[in-house]
This record gives sequence, structure tokens and C-alpha cells, in this order.
Amino acid sequence: MKYELQPTLPPPANMIGVIGWLRKNLFNGPVNSIATIVVGYFLISFLVPTIQWIFIDSDWVGDSRDACTSGGACWVFIANRLDQFLYGFYPEAEHWRVQIAFIILIGSIIWLVLPKTPKKGLVATLLLVVYPVVAFFLLYGNAFGLTRVETHLWGGLSLTLVLAVVGIVASLPLGILLALGRQSDMPIVKSVCVIFIEIWRGVPLITVLFMASVMLPLFFPEGMSFDKLLRALIGITLFQSAYMAEVIRGGLQAIPKGQYEAADALGLGYWQKMILIIMPQALKLMIPGIVNTFIALFKDTSLVLIIGLFDVLAIGQAANQDPEWIGYSTESYLFVALLFWMFCFSMSRYSQHLEKALNTGHGNRA
Amino acid sequence: MSHSQATDKMMVELRDLNKWYGEFHVLKNINLEVKQGEKIVICGPSGSGKSTMIRCINHLEEHQKGDIIVNGIPLNEDIKNIEAIRKEVGMVFQHFNLFPHLTVLENCVLAPIWVKKMPRKQAEAEAMELLERVKIPDQALKYPGQLSGGQQQRVAIARSLCMNPDVMLFDEPTSALDPEMIKEVLDVMIELATEGMTMLCVTHEMGFAKTVADRVIFMDGGQIVEENEPHEFFNNPQHERTQLFLSQILQH
Ligand SMILES: Nc1ncnc2c1ncn2[C@@H]1O[C@H](COP(=O)(O)OP(=O)(O)OP(=O)(O)O)[C@@H](O)[C@H]1O
Ligand SMILES: [Mg+2]
Repeated sequence: MKYELQPTLPPPANMIGVIGWLRKNLFNGPVNSIATIVVGYFLISFLVPTIQWIFIDSDWVGDSRDACTSGGACWVFIANRLDQFLYGFYPEAEHWRVQIAFIILIGSIIWLVLPKTPKKGLVATLLLVVYPVVAFFLLYGNAFGLTRVETHLWGGLSLTLVLAVVGIVASLPLGILLALGRQSDMPIVKSVCVIFIEIWRGVPLITVLFMASVMLPLFFPEGMSFDKLLRALIGITLFQSAYMAEVIRGGLQAIPKGQYEAADALGLGYWQKMILIIMPQALKLMIPGIVNTFIALFKDTSLVLIIGLFDVLAIGQAANQDPEWIGYSTESYLFVALLFWMFCFSMSRYSQHLEKALNTGHGNRA
Repeated sequence: MSHSQATDKMMVELRDLNKWYGEFHVLKNINLEVKQGEKIVICGPSGSGKSTMIRCINHLEEHQKGDIIVNGIPLNEDIKNIEAIRKEVGMVFQHFNLFPHLTVLENCVLAPIWVKKMPRKQAEAEAMELLERVKIPDQALKYPGQLSGGQQQRVAIARSLCMNPDVMLFDEPTSALDPEMIKEVLDVMIELATEGMTMLCVTHEMGFAKTVADRVIFMDGGQIVEENEPHEFFNNPQHERTQLFLSQILQH
């Protein structure tokens, strides 16, 4: 046989372009084709009216329910209540304080998240150490010429964020200590940590919140009141730290024994070993688990409505009771769901990004 | 054959050392004296307790009976003594155990900075000198995962030397290495030996034992079965078990 140069041909038309893609992914065989058609039918018959209801037939501007005439979603309701959704009953004249606290928080987080910004360590330290103090005085006031805003006035998305951020920031170090304690050689430390973790993991958050709001005051002397928000925060933090401890323990167990031995052999003390060698490696492995716990916590904060704190969901429910706007609860639930989704989704995306960045950065483990 | 650099100063003493893992008697009445500058090679079949013995010396393993004295410091419950001994004893592991999240240089300066409170500048200068001695100064800013096994083990040696130890313990430092990398690590160890370091090496590299060892120790079943200077040890082993062991490893 004689060798002949073969021409390079384009692929057959059914492999490329939209048609090719459809064939390959949606219509490759009779079963798939039927599935595609059935699923497609339901998707379209659900999506079209939903989109129509949300965007096309909806009303956006106005200042009373009379503006909602098109038969679709009445976003006028949300727009009119937006201040409450964001700030709860925080006095309107002081909203700027919440805004500043929020802007500093988001600003520093963006600074930390962007890949090329300098001085991340400093910003992170300021955020963890200085920011809580600043935010407290901004929100609560009663100092530096700021009027006092009692915590029972706090509410809406800002309260949700306070609960989530405090819960997250406080439960991480506590969880680390509990996890280390659980690994400890000292029997007393170990059993205290194990008992603590297992008790908190065994009860639902809702009971914790009830206990914090109903039972805790019974243990305090008459007349001594203890801020309700603070009680909820303590309950959430302790509850969350037990979960965090288990995530962290998982990460610690994944670190090879040789790392501990090398650190010991070099003469590093226990805390030096943990902080310089073990934790940096373990935290990297724990990122997905930690973020999952954060997301769960973020959503769980809405449970505080049962003890009479007005987080963003509770505000939505309260708004639904307003006789002037009765009948628009779908809109408020949808809006609250969207807010929660935005925060949780960003956290989850960022953790995926972090995992990738950390995995490629340092080469293989030795 | 090296002539001994041993001085009269006692560096490591093990007296009637006994250790159990639960019911299992893993070290039985070990007696060993190592003088400053002496090089000891420890060999023996797998599971004979070689690692356990040298790991007791820097308290990576706890012993239950007997005394361990390192450079005059008795190893007991006192944390202060354990810390003091660990500062004087460097250890090199079979699997290197470098810290993968730190660069080679950071691996080396970590302990001098945090344990000895040495200023970073000085620690880095000394670390670079040692990295030069193990012939990898150009890898200082890489991460361990980017180096070959032989290079990693040389970093591990440099990392231990950065603490300026009086004694070096080696636990099968070449047995996780590909054959072509064994020599580069042994060369570094031989150089260290010629400089007068006190060394206890668990190794089956008999060439190394013949070149640098003052004494070879053969362990079996948690005991020291035979102890002799290398020439005698290899050419005229006394004990039956030693003969069997030597015939097995020299076949390769
Ligand atoms: N943590 C432990 N718990 C229980 N038994 C152990 C433990 N570590 C080691 N052993 C046992 O102690 C004995 C001695 O172990 P060691 O590691 O000291 O042996 P070795 O001489 O170093 O062997 P190798 O050449 O395989 O490294 C072995 O039988 C081993 O199974
Ligand atoms: Mg061993």
C-alpha cells in the first residue's frame, strides 16, 4: 500500500455547534431524549410564570399597596419596608452608624479576599482585635458622644450579621481550644472538653436559645438583667464552638505524627508546636468544614426569632402582619431567602477558591 | 578506618533502660555509654527496638525504668530537663518530617528563633551557612515538596544542625531514599562525623558503619546482643544471631 497524505477534514456537522452539543448532552438516545423533554416541559411551565411574576408583571415604585395593580409581585412592599429589613428598629437618625460598621467590615473582608492586596496580616489582626471594639461602640454607643441604642432596637439584616459574625469569630478560637483539649494527655482537661462538646452537640440550637433566654435569668439575682442579645450570642457561640471543635479535630488528625515529632525533637514547646507547625497545616485542610459550619450558623441565626429578637426573618414576618400590607408574604419570604442565599453562596464560593489557591501554592506534602 | 575522636566526656548514658508498650517489653536492660565525639552505628532486624531506643534519648518515647543522662542532664519528669536535652540533641528521621508549609530556610530558622530566641538575621545567616555545608544553598526559598528526597533529607540534617546540637540521632536516614540519592546524604553524614559530632545512627548502610563508626551495636528482641568495633564486628561476629543478620544484609 502506498502512503498517501490524508487531508484534514472538519468534524461532521452533528459533532459541533449548538446542534452537536444538544445531541451529545440532551438527546443521546431515546431515554435521554424523553427525560429532556419531560424535564424541559416542567422547567418551562414553572419558570416562565415565576419570571413573569417576579420581573415582568411586578410593581416596583409607589408608597402604598395601591401601587400594586399589575397582578405580579409587589416589590413596593419590600421597598417601603427596606429600612426595617436592614436596620430593624434602630433609630433612623443613627442608621449611619450601622452603615459605617458594615462598610468597614465588608471593606476589610474584600481587602483580605482580593489576591494581591498588601498587609493582609495587619488587616486581619485589626479586623479580629480592633474591629469588634469599634463596632460595639458604633452600634451600642453610650460613649464618644454617640447616643445609646439599646440592643432590643437592633434588628433586621444588621442583627443577623451581628449574630453571625460574633458567632463565627468567637467560636473559632473556642473550637480550637476545645479540639486541642480533647486531644490532650491530661485526663481532666480531656474529659471536660469531651463532655462539653458532646453535650452541646446533642441538643438543638432552639433549646439552647430557649435556655439562654428563659432559664439563664432564673440563676441570676432578682433585678439583675442580662442583655437578651448577649445571652443569645453566648448560647450561639458555645453551641457553635462544639461543632467547630469537631471539624478542627478532624483536621488535626490528618496531620502526620512525624510533624509533631519533628517539632518536639527541635525543642518547640506545646503552643509553639501547635501555632507554628500543626495549626497552619490543619487549618488548610479544615477550610471546607469550617465554611460549612459558618454557613449552617448563618442560617441558624434566624432561630433567634423565637426568643423575641428581630433578625431579618423575624422582621419579614412582622411586616407580613401589617394590616396595610397583608397578602404579600411571598414577597418578603423571597426577599429574605435571597439575602441569606447571597451571603451563604459567597462564603461557599470563596472557600472553594481558597482551597484551590492553597493547594497549588505549596507543592506536595513531604 | 577512622581513628577515634572520642574524648573522655560522657555524652549519652543509658543505664538499665527498660520500656514497655502495654504488656510488650520492647527494651530490655539496655546499657550504653557514648562519649563525646563517638560515632555509634546501631543495626538489627526489624522490630528489634532500635528506633524505640534512640527515640527514648530525646523523650519522643517515654521509658519506664532505668536512667537516661544526656550531657550530664538526667532525663526525668521535669519538663525543664526534657527541654534542655532536646536543645542539645538533634534528630533526623527516616521520612525527613520537614514542615511542608514552610520554605527550606524557614524550616531551618524556626527552632533557633523560637526556642533559642536568636535574632532572625543571625539565624538566617547561620542557616544559610549550614545549607551550604549540605550543598543546597540555592534551594533555600523553595518548599520541601519541590525538592528530591535526598535534598529533603539534607535539609532535615541542616535543620537539626541549626540548633547547634551536641549529639545527633539518625533513624534510618537513607532507607526511604532512592539508591542514587543515598550517597549524597551519607556524604553529608560522613563529613559531619569527621568534624567530631557525637552520632548515634540506626542504619543498615554497612559501608558507612565501616568508614565512620567507633562501635557497632547489634540489637535483637529489645536487647543489645553484640557490641564491637566495626572491623571485628563485620569480620568476626561472636553471636550466632549477629552472624545470621550479617549474612542476610550482606547478601544484597
Ligand atoms: N507505639 C507503639 N505501640 C506498640 N508497639 C510498638 C509501638 N511502636 C513500636 N512498637 C513495637 O515495638 C517494637 C520495636 O519497634 P521499633 O520501631 O523500635 O523497631 P525497629 O528496630 O526500629 O524496627 P525497624 O527496623 O522496622 O524500624 C516493634 O515490635 C513494634 O511493633
Ligand atoms: Mg525503626
